[in-house]
Amino acid sequence: MNLTLRVWRQKSAQSQGQLVDYAAPNIDPHMSFLEMLDVVNDRLTEKGEEPIAFDSDCREGICGACSLMINGYAHGGQPGTAACQLHMRKFKDGDVITIEPWRAKSFPIVKDLVCDRGSFDRIIQAGGFVSINTGGTSDANALPVGKAAADRAMDAAACIGCGACVAACKNASAMLFVSAKVSHLASLPQGKVEAKARVQNMVTQMDKEGFGNCTNQSECQAACPKEISVDFIAQMNREYLGSVV
Amino acid sequence: MILDGKVPTGGPLSEKWDTHKFEMKLVNPANKRKYNVIVVGSGLAGASAAATLAELGYKVKCFCYQDSPRRAHSIAAQGGINAAKNYQNDGDSIQRLFYDTVKGGDFRSREANVYRLAQVSVNIIDQCVAQGVPFAREYGGLLANRSFGGALVSRTFYARGQTGQQLLLGAYQALERQIGLGNVQMFSRSEMQDLVVVNGEARGIVTRDLVTGKITSHAADAVVLATGGYSNVFFLSTNAKNCNVTATYRAHRKGAYFANPCYTQIHPTCIPVTGDHQSKLTLMSESLRNDGRVWVPKKAGVMQSPDQIPEAERDYFLERMYPTYGNLAPRDIASRAAKRVCDEGRGVGPGGRGVYLDFSDAIRRLGEPVVRERYGNLFDMYERITGDNPYKVPMRIYPAVHYTMGGLWVDYNLMSNLQGLFVAGEANFSDHGANRLGASALMQGLADGYFILPYTLGNYFASAKRAPVSTDHPEFKKAEDDARQSINKLLGVHGKRTVLSFHRELGKLLWEECGMSRTDAGLKKALKRIPELREEFWKNVDVLGGADDFNQALEHAGRVADYMEFAELLCQDALHRTESCGGHFREESQTSEGEAQRDDENFSYVAAWQYQGYGKPAELHKEPLTFDNVHLQQRSYK
Repeated sequence: MNLTLRVWRQKSAQSQGQLVDYAAPNIDPHMSFLEMLDVVNDRLTEKGEEPIAFDSDCREGICGACSLMINGYAHGGQPGTAACQLHMRKFKDGDVITIEPWRAKSFPIVKDLVCDRGSFDRIIQAGGFVSINTGGTSDANALPVGKAAADRAMDAAACIGCGACVAACKNASAMLFVSAKVSHLASLPQGKVEAKARVQNMVTQMDKEGFGNCTNQSECQAACPKEISVDFIAQMNREYLGSVV
Repeated sequence: MILDGKVPTGGPLSEKWDTHKFEMKLVNPANKRKYNVIVVGSGLAGASAAATLAELGYKVKCFCYQDSPRRAHSIAAQGGINAAKNYQNDGDSIQRLFYDTVKGGDFRSREANVYRLAQVSVNIIDQCVAQGVPFAREYGGLLANRSFGGALVSRTFYARGQTGQQLLLGAYQALERQIGLGNVQMFSRSEMQDLVVVNGEARGIVTRDLVTGKITSHAADAVVLATGGYSNVFFLSTNAKNCNVTATYRAHRKGAYFANPCYTQIHPTCIPVTGDHQSKLTLMSESLRNDGRVWVPKKAGVMQSPDQIPEAERDYFLERMYPTYGNLAPRDIASRAAKRVCDEGRGVGPGGRGVYLDFSDAIRRLGEPVVRERYGNLFDMYERITGDNPYKVPMRIYPAVHYTMGGLWVDYNLMSNLQGLFVAGEANFSDHGANRLGASALMQGLADGYFILPYTLGNYFASAKRAPVSTDHPEFKKAEDDARQSINKLLGVHGKRTVLSFHRELGKLLWEECGMSRTDAGLKKALKRIPELREEFWKNVDVLGGADDFNQALEHAGRVADYMEFAELLCQDALHRTESCGGHFREESQTSEGEAQRDDENFSYVAAWQYQGYGKPAELHKEPLTFDNVHLQQRSYK
């Protein structure tokens, strides 16, 4: 395949960025999207041009490092797929592919396609945990958890913290990310003890980080590589309301 | 030199850890905050250690190269975590988990460490459940289990196909809680450049901020390395792209012994290579072998599609060769069997390097919804990567490098020969011998971090008074200068080849000569070629960009430079160990049936290598292994 890439290049957080076109000839359709970028980077290096910076690590859709807007879609628009698992067979010969970083005030650009998602870590610090220390726990089977509750908790806990939900949202809202953690823990008896304080602290931190509000457009769910449901946003809203009344 | 593993003497194996815990010295709670601990790595071992040490009151600094500690590669573990809970009433016990692990490791691990691991396995599950890890459950609300390779009991706890993710998020959340409380200072996008040793004790590290390029010194009373394994020396492996040997290898250069580097694990169920562009290999969880059947055509050169091959012309070779364990034969054995049938020309798919993993019987027996419930996300992942639907056509799989049992040498307290340097998780060598059983990596990482280091570090602090060391010490300045120099050296070569091309070439060489099977001639060939390639690297590598900004090519170059040296150590170890054991298969040492033939008389020891200088062969030290509680035998899974 012969492609043209239109890539966001930005030297650092302080500098201005711009879209730059690169020809990408002879791309094997069996390559993953990131392998295609590896090839393009190797060719750029051979020409003496600095390679394109982008985050990736596990390349199997679970670490959440990759963070590419591809043709305007977070992770490229294939349902339930992170950019690292998107394959070039989904594109056509001659395509022009625009690649940008996540765009949100709360995810400042580090370089090119790399952004800083430290705001997510700070939201977890605010309450995304069960406050227990190591040791002193009872036998794991002493506390039965119904299968439905356990499955629901797992559905929410599947979030990989990539930030696609924020990138896809016109308000740059982090509600899907925050609600996934709130719902995971609130669905389990272990997490119920401090559920009220948790949801308040996490929402407060989310607002402090500058994320926008939710206007129920569900773009986040469509973009989520783990297909986390917006039902969890409703659950978080219920949890929040219940914590203040 | 004969190394002492410092296993507590006297008393039965089952009481050693409890006795040792009682005998270890404690630090007064009010004094704990006066001790600084550096933890490098934020995977299961690192995050659990950092969180637990901070909960106890120590002042902790934690470092990771990722943008968030939540992304450490433990997150990619799929199948599960073992624990001797015997919830299934199927005959499991601490003794049995211990025995399976020693046998699975082909009798090349330290008995007392393995027993302790089996003991604390039960605490890990309790801890994780209390944290809210959403393990799979039965309708009655109790925890579900499944079976895994190398065991005849169901002792594996799991969270769909994302067990590593859920356990890591549990540890990450505990870590973030301590960060929020101000007990842990977290440094993400930071890479350790060097270990700082003062008067024979590890007293700190030098790091590079991967965003600004700033080189910084950090002093402490002890350093914990939890930086994972070195599978990426093979370039293609199931590890994350940025996993590396840099932290452990640079500690090795500072005097820490590297133990058993030749014990590398090849996982039998990975998606086969499709072309030269391939950047990594993807694992399909071993749990799939619970219900999937592995087969190839009986005849060589069969080109039909799998559904056209009648039952009578299929060879379910694992079931045929190992009727007791069948498709759940341990990883090393299943991998070699797959290689053998492909070498006979019976492999399937493009290039003939693949075998089928077929679920049609399971789908007939259980129905598609049950199979989907058990493995749905794995099937989806397979389809995304290959474009094939495994509900309709059998998966194609082939072995790939997955885990490294070797690592820095540690004693029973998880301390290396360098005082004050502790090593946890995959980065140490301690518990898996020559082969790791499935679902045991998560167990070991969390055992080390939650339940072992917090005790042994306290004992280290309380046992001797140490003068404070500041980052003004000349050893810090020297380590900083060395780090800057090697970075500038990499940027100053201005050669013609990319880092990636060197990494690929090194990996291919190692896979061919030091991969699934190894020979004297092949290893000697590799040992001749590696120094040549390394020399070419330093003359002809091209690293663009600067030292003072975000530069991924520079990061990669630094890691590949270390692989270029480490690869030699790996081959040296593989050459010296002329026996076959576990993941280390020497073609010269096999039974008449082609199984690994151990040589207990000459090789029942841990090989710990001491650095002797750039390009010089390392010096061998031995820790003899004795087995008082299990009977040494030829491993059999027939």
